[in-house]
Amino acid sequence: MAGRGTVHLRDLSVYDDVLLRVEHLVQEFPVGRGKVVHAVSDVSLDVRAGETLGIVGESGCGKSTTARALVQLPPPTSGRVLLDPGTDREVDLVGLSGRALRAVRPRLQMIFQDPISSLNPRRTVRDIVGEGPAIWSKSASGPHQQARIDELLVAVGIDPEVAAVRMPHEFSGGQCQRISIARAVVMDPEILICDEPVSALDVSVQAQILNLLEDMKARYGLTLVFISHDLSVVRNVSDRVAVMYLGKLCEVGNADAIYERPAHPYTRVLLASAPEPAPTVDPSDAAIGDEIPSPIDPPSGCRFRTRCPRATELCAAEEPVMQAVPGDDDHFVACHFPSV
Amino acid sequence: MIAYASIWTCASWRSGVAEVAPLLSVRDLRVGFRTERGVVRAVDGVSFDLEVGSTLGIVGESGSGKSVTAKTLMNLLPSYADVSGSITFDGRDVRAMARSRERHFWGVEMTMVFQDPMTSLNPVKRIGQQIGECLTVHLGRSRSEARAEALDLLDRVGIPEPAKRLRQYPHELSGGLRQRVVIAMALACGPRLLIADEPTTALDVTVQKHILDLLDDLRRERGMSMILITHDLGVVKGRADDIMVMYGGRTMEQADTATLFGEMRHPYTEALLETIPRIDAPSHSRLVPIPGKPPDPIDVPPGCPFAPRCRACTDACLVDQPALHAHGSTHLCACHAPVGTPEGAAARSTNVAAGRTPAGLDLAVFAGAQDRPGDDASPDVSSRSGGPDDSGPVS
Repeated sequence: MAGRGTVHLRDLSVYDDVLLRVEHLVQEFPVGRGKVVHAVSDVSLDVRAGETLGIVGESGCGKSTTARALVQLPPPTSGRVLLDPGTDREVDLVGLSGRALRAVRPRLQMIFQDPISSLNPRRTVRDIVGEGPAIWSKSASGPHQQARIDELLVAVGIDPEVAAVRMPHEFSGGQCQRISIARAVVMDPEILICDEPVSALDVSVQAQILNLLEDMKARYGLTLVFISHDLSVVRNVSDRVAVMYLGKLCEVGNADAIYERPAHPYTRVLLASAPEPAPTVDPSDAAIGDEIPSPIDPPSGCRFRTRCPRATELCAAEEPVMQAVPGDDDHFVACHFPSV
Repeated sequence: MIAYASIWTCASWRSGVAEVAPLLSVRDLRVGFRTERGVVRAVDGVSFDLEVGSTLGIVGESGSGKSVTAKTLMNLLPSYADVSGSITFDGRDVRAMARSRERHFWGVEMTMVFQDPMTSLNPVKRIGQQIGECLTVHLGRSRSEARAEALDLLDRVGIPEPAKRLRQYPHELSGGLRQRVVIAMALACGPRLLIADEPTTALDVTVQKHILDLLDDLRRERGMSMILITHDLGVVKGRADDIMVMYGGRTMEQADTATLFGEMRHPYTEALLETIPRIDAPSHSRLVPIPGKPPDPIDVPPGCPFAPRCRACTDACLVDQPALHAHGSTHLCACHAPVGTPEGAAARSTNVAAGRTPAGLDLAVFAGAQDRPGDDASPDVSSRSGGPDDSGPVS
């Protein structure tokens, strides 16, 4: 896995609607005694306006770290996070000063996994949703702002009158996630980053929230970055999918292409391990060790090689570079021995 | 309950061999918790039999009563719980054992594996001590015997370098290894029934498959019975012999696995299956939601607990709680308008024509969702708004 390389990034001279472009993102955390956790190592991604990018992988693969690095929480160790790349409005979020970063932040909003702990328990739901506009607008109490808050609450299915007097603990998990969505969208963001937004919800509520996200995306013209460990959920919401392993990209491409014709051995493992394995892979593909190597001392070459059924000496010696999958328009894989 | 007399007490219905008593027999189990707001009806009249060597899958969402059922079996309920009904294990009354504080039953003959392996292990004791403890306390093994057996157990559950692991602490192991340690502890005394409560929910998919396969292998090898509790119908599909679907503390549908998936009768079971995104469906397929929210266990309305969220709800569902009825010899379902029956089809077409169910559920929420072929309930509504109706706060 490995996934060095940027061949999967869209050519800015062809596509003029790339909204977000991440180049060579590296996020490392020191853990003492000179050791470093290599959480994200040289990941490049891009998202076009109106597109949903799904990032999928096991815990520890760096998918949440990547999402948080996009909004500079915390800023990455190195790399570039470009808004409006290739245009004269291009801005690199990495290294922006506090004031300049603050000015850009409303364009990116985030939804977190645990809907209840991400809402302030001592404020009313209406105050929570209205806080962003109140900070950003001098006329926060004006009728225009209030109408906007009402509109968002109604759009996510929360009664504005109820929201004015109730606190988050009076709502269920699914409703709290609706409130989180309203709070994010009320700032009129261009990009909505959803970090495992349905993982803490019951299956019966999960579909409500996923449908709501699709509706909100269509209604407010949002671009989504959607992080999840659930392969079925990621396929359902995504136009494009990136599979991550141990801080690297394995496979990137059109969602249906990846699920119909998985090229990377790790993608095949994930698809075969689902409770109801995807019909496009052999269930025996799931037969690999279940120990993820330490991100403090990741394997040389391809990071997946210690669990990969196809690994050879080449995989230990040389890190594979992202390459196009022959025959597919938008499908890239970082593997020396892909199934194509 | 009438149906039980004819079906579930006849333990031989699957094997065809007469007069095999089930290992575990639960009848009309009810569990209530006294709280300041009132009595929480967590389990409300659940009955099932479990035969030697077979697996029962209990499927339900949070609040459905599945974990409370397991804790009742394991005698782990707090003192403010009120329990009624009977639990018989191999001819013995389990609730009487609870009162007499029998020590060597739980953890020996009946054991349990919990969802979170980190919190079910003691963080300040080495793995070897924790496994050895079951063996010395329950079976009177010496320390060296216990160590040797612990080594065997770790090897058996597929832990690499078992001798090294015995000296380690839980935090030094990954989630998957920890869950294997918990399984090794549960197996230490050779249980006849293993209850696994969401054993893989906290784990990654690749690890989940290994743990479920391991449990299945161990069950087969030891002739053990197993209760597998999960919220995911996909997890039990390939692994359970029988499945019980719970909602609001009640059994909604109960059948052997092939029958349940082949001739699904309860609208809730059907809705659970339809609402999960399919890994083989193209991206942006509109999901079939289950509108609304799970019922409040304190203020239980009359009628069927699923009625407010059900597309096939009838007037009777709002007032009359449906009893479990037999559909075929091994299939029980508690519904006034089951899927695949004339009553069910009539209820759905009536609701579609009215645009809403008698419970007030607006069928517009299903707009755009893909119905399965042959489903006659697809409402012909073109708007895409899909307004959720759980907008009121929880009381």
